[in-house]
Amino acid sequence: MSQISLQNVTKRYGNLTTVDRVSLDIGQGEFVAFLGPSGCGKTTTLRMIAGLTLASEGSIRFGTRDVTDLPPYLRNAGLVFQGYALFPHMTVAQNVAFGLEMRGIDRTQAQRRVQEALALVKLDHFAHRLPKQLSGGQQQRVALARAIVYEPEVLLLDEPLSALDAKLRHEVRTDLRRLQSRLGLTTIFVTHDQDEAIAVADRVVVMSAGKVEQVGTPREIYQRPANRFVAEFIGLTNIFAGSIEAGGSFLTEGGERFAVSSERGAAGVTAFAVRPEQISLHNGLGASAAPGLGALPATVEDVIYRGSLTEVVVRTSSGMPIVVHRQNAELPSENELRPGQQVVASWPAGAAMLF
Amino acid sequence: MIGGCILAFVMVLAPLVAIIWVSFFENKIISFPPTGYTLNWYAMAWEMPRFRDGFATSLKLGVLATAISLAVGIPASVVLARGRFPGREAIQSLLLAPLIVPGIVAGAAFYMFLIEVEIVTGIQVATTFTGLAIAHSLIALPWTVRLVTASLLGVDPQLREAALTMGARPFTAFRRVTWPVIRPGVVAGALFSFVVSFVDLEKSLFLVGPGTTTLPIVIVNYLEWSVDPTIAAVATVQIALIATGLIITDRYFKLARAF
Repeated sequence: MSQISLQNVTKRYGNLTTVDRVSLDIGQGEFVAFLGPSGCGKTTTLRMIAGLTLASEGSIRFGTRDVTDLPPYLRNAGLVFQGYALFPHMTVAQNVAFGLEMRGIDRTQAQRRVQEALALVKLDHFAHRLPKQLSGGQQQRVALARAIVYEPEVLLLDEPLSALDAKLRHEVRTDLRRLQSRLGLTTIFVTHDQDEAIAVADRVVVMSAGKVEQVGTPREIYQRPANRFVAEFIGLTNIFAGSIEAGGSFLTEGGERFAVSSERGAAGVTAFAVRPEQISLHNGLGASAAPGLGALPATVEDVIYRGSLTEVVVRTSSGMPIVVHRQNAELPSENELRPGQQVVASWPAGAAMLF
Repeated sequence: MIGGCILAFVMVLAPLVAIIWVSFFENKIISFPPTGYTLNWYAMAWEMPRFRDGFATSLKLGVLATAISLAVGIPASVVLARGRFPGREAIQSLLLAPLIVPGIVAGAAFYMFLIEVEIVTGIQVATTFTGLAIAHSLIALPWTVRLVTASLLGVDPQLREAALTMGARPFTAFRRVTWPVIRPGVVAGALFSFVVSFVDLEKSLFLVGPGTTTLPIVIVNYLEWSVDPTIAAVATVQIALIATGLIITDRYFKLARAF
């Protein structure tokens, strides 16, 4: 039995459809990320689950309970807002106690649970401070404690890390993931940051223009993107426009020819894609590989050192740029490439993606 | 910059200081410098029933007008600040209109309206306390709406949404979260409502009757016949009352935050 279930959930504003027939089942204790560019409908979907926006069509269930038309205060969801929305006139403890108070839980029990929740987010010594006396990261943790203290059926997080700086964000998302799995909280996390989604979620829901493009584990959406949008949105991808020839290989618009595995039919294929880290470069002078079929002669254009990896931009004879990532740990430094050098680019047959 | 500030400050304060000073002059005919100082004018003013009654009328009227303008203005502001409906702008302008219409015109118009009501219903309202109270509520309303709307717009709408998701019903969310945050604005609105009602002259001019004459009108009537420090004493009491109100409220609600 799924914990949260969306059936053809749609939101329309006049003629504008911002969320278009989204269907999704989320299991008990699962951590799901809604990922997409801004305006893709991910936040609207989250708000419909919280009850802050009512669905125009479709249904939403929490367990066996149909909550489609219920107001937010009858749903029992916990929500962490992007700006945290802490009550400025209440102390940290009063903020966290609010949900318990609304549920009529008696004072002594509420106090104990507030203490427990604050201990979970390591803020037990800040109970009597006001929100404005806390740092951004601390405020974020108060917002989290406030949303989980009353044991909601689902925890909803709307870009909760976007207001934090890069280092803190990394730390907080690790803590968040640990807390989530320890408490077994069913969680939906909205983000536009693919790294964040891939790092925290059990499953990622990629959205664009109100529609779900793909639902899958982080590995699935990265390695087997369902379409060109997902391939381009998640990670970096080299994409070649073209079509499948009669012989079964892919012919780019520039005239390069690549071998393809036949798991996908030729009909409707318009692009060939390969990830930068799948490509290896060989010194063009020593290489005897024949041109074509996944071994592509090219000229090095740019070499950018990026710490753990080196990004190399090469250009094919037809003028197409290709980005290649090389792990620095695997390469002796004397093997460095220089702009102008002739190389041959190749990749394993299974690395190719067709759209 | 600093020079300008000082100049503005002096220009604002000079008349007030002059009036307070004159109220202590010994001479009946106001002349500089005074021959001595006395508190007699305050006693004199207190002994004149018209000042006492005028003061009482203005005080009652101010409190009542404030109460009515809050009762009407707070819900109106909530709708204006939150709602998205056709005609919202128009209603907003309409509620602020009394600020634009010259007081004497508005007063005359309101007087004629009350007379029409009398003709139709046969109930006298034009020179009664009821008529005045309605008029003063209208004087106060734009201030309440303006200040309360401004403070509502300053509240993060997510605060209310956070309260709702945590299980608060809309009214509880308002009482526990929105209200404490907008309270300074509401207090400022109430204070301004009271002050504009308390000092209003032009709009009340046509509407007062025997037994319902407000303090500013009593002052004007008195000034027609005599100019002596009694008037200065009455004005000083008026100034002191308003200043006390402002200072006390500022202590508790930090009025500066409402603007």
